[in-house]
Amino acid sequence: MSQVKTSSNPPIKRKKRGGDKKAALLLLPSFLIVSVFVYVFITYTIGVSLAENWMPAKPNMARGEDPFATYKNLFLNARFQSDLRNSFIFTFLFLLVTVIAGFFIALAVHNMGRSKGFFRGVFLLPYALSFIVTGVVWRWLFNPDSGVNLFLQYSGVAAAYKSIKGEELRPEWLTSATTVGDVGALLEKIIPGGEIIQVQMGIPLALIPVIIATAWQLLGFAMAMFLAGLVSIPDELREASMMDGAKGSRYYRSIALPMLAPIAITTLVILTHVALKIFDLIYAMAGSGIGFATDMPGIFVYESMYKALKYNTGAAASIVMLAIVCVIVVPYLIHTNRETKGH
Amino acid sequence: MSTDTLEKVNSRAHKSAHSRFGSRSRRVQFVFLCLLVPLFTMPFYVMIMAAFKTPQFAEVTTMWLPPSPFSFDGLQEAWSKLSPNFLNSFTMVVPAVIISSAIGSFNGYLLSKFTFRFSNIMFTMMLVGMFIPYQSVLIPLVKFLQLVNLYGTTPGLVLVHVVYGIPITTLIFRNFYVSIPKEIVEAAAIDGAGILRTFFSVIVPVSIPGFVVAGIFQFTNIWNDFLFGVITISDPTKQPVTVALNNLSGTQTVNWNVLMAGALIAAIPTAMAYLGLGRYFIQGLTAGSVK
Repeated sequence: MSQVKTSSNPPIKRKKRGGDKKAALLLLPSFLIVSVFVYVFITYTIGVSLAENWMPAKPNMARGEDPFATYKNLFLNARFQSDLRNSFIFTFLFLLVTVIAGFFIALAVHNMGRSKGFFRGVFLLPYALSFIVTGVVWRWLFNPDSGVNLFLQYSGVAAAYKSIKGEELRPEWLTSATTVGDVGALLEKIIPGGEIIQVQMGIPLALIPVIIATAWQLLGFAMAMFLAGLVSIPDELREASMMDGAKGSRYYRSIALPMLAPIAITTLVILTHVALKIFDLIYAMAGSGIGFATDMPGIFVYESMYKALKYNTGAAASIVMLAIVCVIVVPYLIHTNRETKGH
Repeated sequence: MSTDTLEKVNSRAHKSAHSRFGSRSRRVQFVFLCLLVPLFTMPFYVMIMAAFKTPQFAEVTTMWLPPSPFSFDGLQEAWSKLSPNFLNSFTMVVPAVIISSAIGSFNGYLLSKFTFRFSNIMFTMMLVGMFIPYQSVLIPLVKFLQLVNLYGTTPGLVLVHVVYGIPITTLIFRNFYVSIPKEIVEAAAIDGAGILRTFFSVIVPVSIPGFVVAGIFQFTNIWNDFLFGVITISDPTKQPVTVALNNLSGTQTVNWNVLMAGALIAAIPTAMAYLGLGRYFIQGLTAGSVK
């Protein structure tokens, strides 16, 4: 790729200042249909979320006295509050694990010789699977009667735990209803209007298996991105730093890391938006969980619309999801768009 | 730089890399990676072992033991339940992949080889389509499909995957065509070929690697989809395999090993595509990130 950029392509002379009108016209159909399916549809969903009583058979867009009533009720809804909490905790912990582990695995794989292809292949294989397959398989691995808990028994960890603590080590995993580190009382004090919080603002333990399964599936993606970044660092830089007497760790700190920053940002943005949108994997693996411990906005929207038939509630929740994703993605897209223009 | 000197530089850099990261540090890293391999392959192990167990010996409490006796019963039962949906997935994925890749290649060509007003903003607006949570378009999407009489049909699902696949395929091809010199497009223009003829006679013949990358990427994406499948098709016999597998997982009467066999069946096409064309898969993955 770098050869292409440095080769001196003479800029094509354009006939008119407006550029190729014909090319623009040919792009237009795709642009229009995607715009309808994205922007027009989103506008329609916003309409449904503001409508008082929209039904598929009777699409009545009339608004009630307070068009934002659905949104207000949504934020007062204990289940949706759990969903926002879960989504935040899930995204944060999942990113922490996936990006850091993906980075170190990529460094190690990059330094391998002949075994490089093998390791890369093994770590990326889960990425090729469907979220549903991952959910179905991991659901059983975290069954309290089998999977991981059997491992704890075989390995003697469970016995050691019992002799020290005097109680059985048998994590409930997905079936756990425990929430640790509740900061709800604190939040109520510092956030104005915090008294609307009805759920425990801590980490539901049932989220941990879900985070492990998602990280298992997407670690390979983070690794592949970092590997692509490592490969793109010019060899000359490695050599130069070596001639200057830089050791391995200093090379990484002062050369490799800064050069990997753009790809790290891209990886973060992509993984964040996947985590915020997560639906199928958790739906298949854990469902909503006990006391909505593993519920997510994506599951809430789906069940509101297609199980409870509360279309405006589902639509409002989906618009909240969209807004959260846009906060992450739109600045990123505008930034990259500016960069390509600059070249 | 000629390829010859490039090779020399590369091999030198390779050697230097090896000497710098002393063999001890490399050995430590090798051991670290080897320890991770069982962690990553464990779910595959469980899935495959369970698929070959007989129902009597498929207790979850003996999950880690290999099958004895070895049996195809689980796979057979899962296949009898999932095979119609497995075929549905194929009849849906194949046209969706071909059409969305073809459109993406044309768009990528327009965006990389021509400059026109608003091209950047049009492209960025299209890219937003690959990031949105699809939950936020489901209601009007179903309405639209009903309006055009495609609701509940495979062609309807194909249409949905094609439209929402356009942003990513356009991006993949735009990045791919950057490496094709503009000169060949100009040469064709000098010969009097228009935009369309240049595309079909000059660009398409050199696009095969791009089609493999976009194709395998879209194949995995669309095969693995659940949300569109479950929303646009309500008839269980017409739903794709991911939806059917999830339904199977929700039924109490199905044995655990049958479920694992079902997961294996649903995973095989994409796993095969990945194992066979892994190099292109990785290219699609990294090209899929906006650059």
